[in-house]
Amino acid sequence: MNIRVANGDISDQVRDIVDRLKTLEGPMLPIVHEIQDVFGYVPQEALPVIAHGLNLSRAEVHGVVTFYHDYRNHPAGRHVLKLCRAESCQSMGGDRLAERVKAMLGIDWHGTTADGAITLEPVFCLGLCSCSPSAMLDGEVHGRVDVADIEEMIAEARR
Amino acid sequence: MSVRIYIPRDAAALALGADKVADAVAKEITDRGIDAVIVRNGSRGMHWLEPLVEVEVAGERIGYGPIKARDVAGLFDAGLMSGGDHRLCLGAVEEIAFLKRQTRLTFARCGVIDPLSLADYEAHGGLAGLRRAVAMQPVDIVKDVTDSGLRGRGGAGFPTGIKWKTVLDAPGARKYIVCNADEGDSGTFADRMIMEGDPFVLIEGMAIAGLATGATKGFVYIRSEYPHAIAAMTEAVEIAGRAGVLGPSVLGSGKAFDIEIRTGAGAYVCGEETALLNSLEGKRGIVRAKPPLPAHKGLFDCPTVINNVISLASVPVIMDKGAAHYRDFGMGRSRGTIPLQIAGNVKHPGLYEVAFGLTLGEIVDEIAGGTASGQPVKAVQVGGPLGAYFPRALFDTPFDYEAFAAKDGLIGHAGIVVFDDSADMLKQARFAMEFCAVESCGKCTPCRIGSTRGVETADKIASGIEPEKNRALLADLCNTMKFGSLCALGGFTPYPVLSAMAHFPDDFAPGPMVEAAE
Repeated sequence: MNIRVANGDISDQVRDIVDRLKTLEGPMLPIVHEIQDVFGYVPQEALPVIAHGLNLSRAEVHGVVTFYHDYRNHPAGRHVLKLCRAESCQSMGGDRLAERVKAMLGIDWHGTTADGAITLEPVFCLGLCSCSPSAMLDGEVHGRVDVADIEEMIAEARR
Repeated sequence: MSVRIYIPRDAAALALGADKVADAVAKEITDRGIDAVIVRNGSRGMHWLEPLVEVEVAGERIGYGPIKARDVAGLFDAGLMSGGDHRLCLGAVEEIAFLKRQTRLTFARCGVIDPLSLADYEAHGGLAGLRRAVAMQPVDIVKDVTDSGLRGRGGAGFPTGIKWKTVLDAPGARKYIVCNADEGDSGTFADRMIMEGDPFVLIEGMAIAGLATGATKGFVYIRSEYPHAIAAMTEAVEIAGRAGVLGPSVLGSGKAFDIEIRTGAGAYVCGEETALLNSLEGKRGIVRAKPPLPAHKGLFDCPTVINNVISLASVPVIMDKGAAHYRDFGMGRSRGTIPLQIAGNVKHPGLYEVAFGLTLGEIVDEIAGGTASGQPVKAVQVGGPLGAYFPRALFDTPFDYEAFAAKDGLIGHAGIVVFDDSADMLKQARFAMEFCAVESCGKCTPCRIGSTRGVETADKIASGIEPEKNRALLADLCNTMKFGSLCALGGFTPYPVLSAMAHFPDDFAPGPMVEAAE
């Protein structure tokens, strides 16, 4: 579930996060993680504040934030559904499942449904290879899923 | 005394509904006024039986599984509390063949104890290795680890003791122990299971590494896809700190060692040790050229031990039972035990810790019980997305670093993914290239460009465009990536591709030319 705040607050809140975490050894990832936790994505306005707080160039911060798959530059839907695309899940029909889920939601990978409820993301392994195919909905894990399971999960999330 | 009912908190058990089962059991206990406590243990590793509920009856643990929440009331009706008979009753858990035939050294406590009870941990042999290490000279600890024959369980198989010796001998006021818990390979979950099921063993292993090398600070870099492991490790580190296992004076030794948990951000390449170090430092996860070795100039340019979770978690038992005890298991230059992770299309998926040396055929046909679909096995990928696909013809290969290398494969982190005969190996080869393209850090050309060209070439073969020429081109491209890439991502992506081409040539045969329907 993502939380939204008014734009004016972003710089102040980011500054608080940076000030609180910058004494860590290698504080960059913990800071960006926390920003994404708070805002649901990493707002552009956050980058200069991080750069200033850590004495880095904006380019360096931009480089880090864009390198990692986890960080979003725009808000996701209210719920994020991750489907595993890796080999173990492929061996149990993961590709077929993914195609049917995409069709069911009417979106492709990284897309968000028109009602803003669900964002679909690929993930390369949840470490649930012994119960493939696997999925994660908002941090909750699900194993040996089929289309009906996913349908039920989504219906429950939309309620 | 209250009866203990065990319901796993392992993510695989949770994915199969363990929390709902635990809620239902809690409700029955209350409603029926039973004197029992629920212990959320790790997983035993028999994942086709999860959620596996165990009840302690007369000192023996009786198992029931797989349990769904709706089965719970019936279980109590059948006399769960006294180990009563039920269609899902498995008898004494320790007697189940899958578990009984294992040699559990590293995973001895996983699934047995409450993962976050230090008292439980100690009652089952925990901290004995660290206690012994505290009384030893660093050089002697390193010698024990070297003598045990332990090799890096992350995939590279480098002798752990030699790595530690290099850091011990390296001059530096500050040294680090970094635990690589960025377990990104498909088919692997041993790191996750031990962090969720016995986190103190990893903490103990890291503390021993600190004492052995003079490092005072440890980091565990856990991938963000493992929220349950992150939570368990974070809590375990706090408990260990409060108990004086970590902190300014480890077990009263006067030597400091502390651990911080860090979360990755979804980049597979950060499982490569130098990319991981860059990521910990807060940079892009770009691979570094070696030398300098991390042992000389690692995290923040300080001497750094960087080891996989299982390597570090295997150290306590070595220190406790002695190097010879560990070394006596295994074959050739692969000593000790290896936690096999059996996944994909199999009847009995799970974790199976055993001495090196079982053949791939024994693992797939006997232990894993063949395919879940009942169709014949077509291919087995060993060692994650960068591992080779083995056909049945190579099932006599013993599970050993050198034996797999001799067959143009690798054991990697010991993940084994089984495919039935519906697998299309050209598609699997294409996926290997696609994965490399998505995850390449971009530093070296063979990996960054080669992977994208690989996808295109595989597509041409699939479309029947000059198949012979494109097969030769794909093989040549693999050769360039294998020998020209900076790290294992680009360097090993050719393994699944070349093995698929070599062992399953029919899947790469010219397809029908698809004419555009204008």
